[in-house]
Amino acid sequence: MENILEDNIRRRALRNRRFKWLVIAGSIVTVTPIFLIVINLIVKGARQINLSFFTETSPDTFQAMTATANGEIIPGGIANGLTGSLIMVLIASALAIPTGLMTGIYLYENKKKRYASFIRSLAEVLQGVPSIILGIIAYIWIVKGLTKGYSALAGSIALSIMMLPIIVRSTEETMSMIPVQIREAAFALGVPYYKMIFRVLIPCSFSGLATGVLLSLSRILGETAPLMLTALGSPVMSLNVAKPSSAVPLLIWDFYNDPNMVNMVWSASLFLMIFVLSLNLLSRSISKKRKYI
Amino acid sequence: MEHQSLDRTSMRGDRVTKSILFSSSLVLLLLSAGMIFTLASGAIPAFRQFGIGFIFSSAWDPTPGKENYGSLAFITGTILTSLLALIICIPMAFSASLFISEFYKGTRLASILRSLVDLLAGVPSIVYGFWGFYTLRPLIMKTGLSDQGFGIFTASLILAIMIVPYATSLSSEIISMVSVEMKEAAYSLGATRREVIFNVVIPSAMSGIVASFILALGRALGETMAVTMLIGNANVIPDGLFSPGNTMASVIANQFGEADGLRMSALIAIGLILFAITALVNAIGKIIIKRFA
Repeated sequence: MENILEDNIRRRALRNRRFKWLVIAGSIVTVTPIFLIVINLIVKGARQINLSFFTETSPDTFQAMTATANGEIIPGGIANGLTGSLIMVLIASALAIPTGLMTGIYLYENKKKRYASFIRSLAEVLQGVPSIILGIIAYIWIVKGLTKGYSALAGSIALSIMMLPIIVRSTEETMSMIPVQIREAAFALGVPYYKMIFRVLIPCSFSGLATGVLLSLSRILGETAPLMLTALGSPVMSLNVAKPSSAVPLLIWDFYNDPNMVNMVWSASLFLMIFVLSLNLLSRSISKKRKYI
Repeated sequence: MEHQSLDRTSMRGDRVTKSILFSSSLVLLLLSAGMIFTLASGAIPAFRQFGIGFIFSSAWDPTPGKENYGSLAFITGTILTSLLALIICIPMAFSASLFISEFYKGTRLASILRSLVDLLAGVPSIVYGFWGFYTLRPLIMKTGLSDQGFGIFTASLILAIMIVPYATSLSSEIISMVSVEMKEAAYSLGATRREVIFNVVIPSAMSGIVASFILALGRALGETMAVTMLIGNANVIPDGLFSPGNTMASVIANQFGEADGLRMSALIAIGLILFAITALVNAIGKIIIKRFA
């Protein structure tokens, strides 16, 4: 009898240990790709990155071919992508951040209204829409309707539609963590409504709002699919928003499709990933600091 | 709500602020309505030409004069890759969430693993595609299951890595919410950790875990770039896991630029179907989550 019991316990303990190791192994497998990707990009992309990588526009395929044949690094850089990305992200932010902020405050102030919960669900649906569909929408609205051709503006619109729901939801979520008393204290002092928003709601939830904005920026910076349908890409630096424009992810796509440019893909990807990941980490470190509100 | 009883709404400035907030919430409403209207009206020519058969036909022939389009091949491709990605993702995300919220809950190790998994979410889609093209694809070729290494399985593998962070962050949160009393009760009966996990934690967190995987599936459905680069872009119903196919998102990305007339309308119709499918899947996930919380 005792023997059987002991056997039973030993077997259960063994299965327990085995399961634990299975979980640990599974977790290691899960995070392995991030190491593989980072190492791979650094090894193959780092030597291409220098000052001219950021100041020169992308090379043509012939330059790349001769350089590769001579064993040199490919001349040129991603300046046209950088300016394009910068312009589109700026316009997208200028459109999405104020609108998203105000909508989020509206939802927070009217929590229980049926209209507000409808808008909230719309924001959730919009956040789940595949980015390529936003590309189609911006193509029909802007490329065909407004600028009569591929344009940076169309890309910005697609990106801003992507940003909007993220900002709306993060605004509402952070603001609902503000203690009601702070708001009421402001009103008790006879502060006008808009001042309460600018002096109480926004400062109190500032770090949360910053997290939301940074997170949405890190989402749209790497987006390629909607830009293929809207901004198209361009070999030159262009500041005209009604003209086609490049972007860093679009350049990666162009490099990828040109067998001579493979080395450029690694370095452009490395740059894009470091940039996006540091935005990501920055937003996380901000959100970690705000525990009291 | 509180301040309304103070009769503050009667002040004109406050009314202006409120109407500004309200009108910004209209942006979301108009945007969503406009998107659905635009997609639907763009899809009309295709549906008028092919009727409901557009959904059930796998033809894709852009030859002028005998154009014939159907979306079945792409719907199959999307659902196959996403479901396979989900199956690959489940053990990875599950062990990572047990690691974070059960075995090493609250330790430094858990927060390191969590940050690493979060980093996976920050890698841009095009970088995944590119990395998959140069590292995963050769591995698949070595197995001899596919000549070129392109296909449903390769795409699903990369998709699985991409959706792991979404599934992990939600389900680890849900697993950590399981009541400590219940777990302690089971431990005091002499259960091992494995037995507690399988008899207490998983049953009580089941619906939340299911929802987190459904939401991850919603992500996989709309992924574009990485899939486009790895699936092989063959506009047919795939005849095996290692044969090339195409998804709804990737056929749009591939052909939208050169399309016009009926083909453009067919692509927009595919966009509309994709929109409907992702909205449905996300809604199901959200409903389960809300019932759980």
